[in-house]
Amino acid sequence: MRQPVLEVEGLTKHFPIRGGFFGGSAATVRAVDGVSFSVERGRSLGLVGESGCGKTTTAKLILKLEEPTSGVIRFEGRELNGLDAAGVRGYRRGVQAVFQDPFASLNPRMRVDAIIAEPLVTHEKLPSAEVRKRVEKLLDVVGLARRSATLFPHEFSGGQRQRIAIARALSLEPKLIVLDEPVSALDVSIRAQILNLLTDLQTQLGLSYLFIAHDLAAVAHMSQQVAVMYLGKIVELGDAAEISMDPKHPYTQALFAAALPAHPDEARDEIVVAGEVPSPIAPPPGCHFHPRCPFAMPRCSSEPPKLLTVGGRTIACHLYDGGSSPDIPSVR
Amino acid sequence: MTDSPPLLEITDLSTHYVSSRGTRVTRAVQDVSFTLNAGDTLGIVGESGSGKTTLALSILKILPPAARIVSGRIRFEGENLVTKPAHEMRRIRGKKIAMILQDPLASLNPLFTVGDQVSEPMRVHEGTSRRTAWDKARALLRAVRIPAPEARVREYPHQMSGGMRQRIVGAIAISCEPRLLIADEPTTSLDLTIQAQYLQLLGDLQRAHGLALIFITHNLGIVAKMCKQVAVMYGGRIVETGPVRTIFSNPQHPYTMALLDSIPRLTKSRDRLTAIDGQPPDPAALPPGCSFHPRCTKVMDRCRDEEPADVAIAAGHRARCWLHADNGVAQSVPFKAKA
Ligand SMILES: Nc1ncnc2c1ncn2[C@@H]1O[C@H](COP(=O)(O)OP(=O)(O)OP(=O)(O)O)[C@@H](O)[C@H]1O
Ligand SMILES: Nc1ncnc2c1ncn2[C@@H]1O[C@H](COP(=O)(O)OP(=O)(O)O)[C@@H](O)[C@H]1O
Ligand code: SF4
Ligand code: SF4
Ligand SMILES: [Mg+2]
Ligand SMILES: [Mg+2]
Repeated sequence: MRQPVLEVEGLTKHFPIRGGFFGGSAATVRAVDGVSFSVERGRSLGLVGESGCGKTTTAKLILKLEEPTSGVIRFEGRELNGLDAAGVRGYRRGVQAVFQDPFASLNPRMRVDAIIAEPLVTHEKLPSAEVRKRVEKLLDVVGLARRSATLFPHEFSGGQRQRIAIARALSLEPKLIVLDEPVSALDVSIRAQILNLLTDLQTQLGLSYLFIAHDLAAVAHMSQQVAVMYLGKIVELGDAAEISMDPKHPYTQALFAAALPAHPDEARDEIVVAGEVPSPIAPPPGCHFHPRCPFAMPRCSSEPPKLLTVGGRTIACHLYDGGSSPDIPSVR
Repeated sequence: MTDSPPLLEITDLSTHYVSSRGTRVTRAVQDVSFTLNAGDTLGIVGESGSGKTTLALSILKILPPAARIVSGRIRFEGENLVTKPAHEMRRIRGKKIAMILQDPLASLNPLFTVGDQVSEPMRVHEGTSRRTAWDKARALLRAVRIPAPEARVREYPHQMSGGMRQRIVGAIAISCEPRLLIADEPTTSLDLTIQAQYLQLLGDLQRAHGLALIFITHNLGIVAKMCKQVAVMYGGRIVETGPVRTIFSNPQHPYTMALLDSIPRLTKSRDRLTAIDGQPPDPAALPPGCSFHPRCTKVMDRCRDEEPADVAIAAGHRARCWLHADNGVAQSVPFKAKA
């Protein structure tokens, strides 16, 4: 068993919302609702799910851009809540992020060298010659020409900007990088460049990734472990290759069945689940997936399923809490 | 069926954008040719800026003011649309050829009810009375699986979810029973399970109404799932086209090969992906010769200054690449690019 670099237990974020349909009274968005997982050192955990299921909120909680309503985050074995100011600074150095939109995430008025060096300058008092040397090294590492240093972000393509964002994230030598849809905004022919760069950096630097994406094939390619989220909860978590070959939770099955084929001959069952993802303001009672689930049973609409360990993975579904492995059709 | 003339036949179409001072010319679509038979599905794939939307807008002749169709023919049901006057095009658009725009949600008017918007094309094109058009609108909403259509027709777009609005745009597009539907990136903004529902719906509508479908997308998976034919665009040109199975199993253009290789797959795990170096070209400053040459792993000397001809590799399978110059019959005359 590898050592976890990050552990999250019962992580919860409820956003209060006011007014509108609820006649002035407050309602709550259960954006993240009791999520637990860990990211092992030098490895990647993929987080997948449809929009609004809480992926970005989970990322923000880990990055301390939002405060959790409840739950525990542990980094290298130490609980975040117990950290003093110096400890929190250390945590912020150790955990960096790369976001989806390389056009929005870089300050258009700063030159590339200043963008990449900003975390360095904030966290370390370094002579400017040293900063320049580190920026050059970082540009080399992410495959950008050194002369890029004096240019502005608008002078770069999407893929190059994402390289700048990665260089910036690397500047403080972090242990963990949260990648929230890092290639979704990029051209198809550029995505493989960035995914390969991320893979190479992981091998060279022993980085851990929390890789968030809706492209299941990209997640399966990049991650050893996958967690599938639905309406703020993890419904299935386990080995990435096993889950993509044999998804067990009905929602995971629906999600993988909906993934587009890589070849016209690729056999794939047509399970098209009906309905849409319900609002996290008033999620269905019991199992949140029950109104769309082809296997729903009476108890599913009242009893929330608990996370169970089934054959090395964790699944939240009543089909699996009878002890023996149930006979439900497999997607592949 | 195969003997009847194609529904749509495009020959050597070029559409350029010219900047207001005339100094900057973007060859967004250059020498594009393809045919589409009634009821067939063609996927047009390419990266951002490769000219997909410009090609679609050219077919409908709803190009922005800066754009000009500079050459070529677009024959639809035997008539050349390029020379059709505006008032005749208005009768074709929305009636015989419908289009779902790249941002479908923006194409609904927030100030009108869903019923008004679904019935409008029938009233404009077919002179249907308001009452009959509304009855048909309800039937159309049912056909695109909107629950409780009787109540929904009176609602406004903002009262619907993204997936429902998407289906309403689909209902509007098929309301006058077009022969050809052009869908530009119809599902990019949708979640996977909603995308699956929508693709299934488009497939059902196509079979039910015998529609020909052009699917514009950057996603090869959509092409694999939905299309019989595919055209791969790069820098404004179709660089390879053919039956979907052939192109996926036996691609002949280095760009198509590299694109297929660069995509992560659920069924195959590899340590590294085969990436394509460099970036897509700026269509206002295309590289001379073959515009893929700066990124091509098989580049030869002549690729750098001579533009490859469109060559037939097998029946219905064509590619623009010097590797195939001697394998087939050139279909159009190659021309020397001015460097
Ligand atoms: N109104 C316009 N004026 C000038 N140039 C334009 C205009 N619209 C598009 N272009 C240019 O024409 C080229 C082709 O654009 P087009 O929109 O057809 O590409 P696309 O393949 O649809 O791309 P995407 O995948 O991003 O939708 C691009 O270089 C684009 O910048
Ligand atoms: N600041 C906020 N205030 C209120 N609701 C929010 C806020 N941020 C996110 N949400 C809601 O929380 C849910 C989860 O959002 P998010 O984490 O962004 O999902 P994802 O990244 O999976 O698409 C959504 O319903 C979203 O609208
Ligand atoms: S708990 Fe019930 S409704 Fe939920 S996924 Fe399992 S079978 Fe379906
Ligand atoms: S013509 Fe030359 S550069 Fe272009 S794709 Fe073919 S081999 Fe590559
Ligand atoms: Mg998000
Ligand atoms: Mg477009």
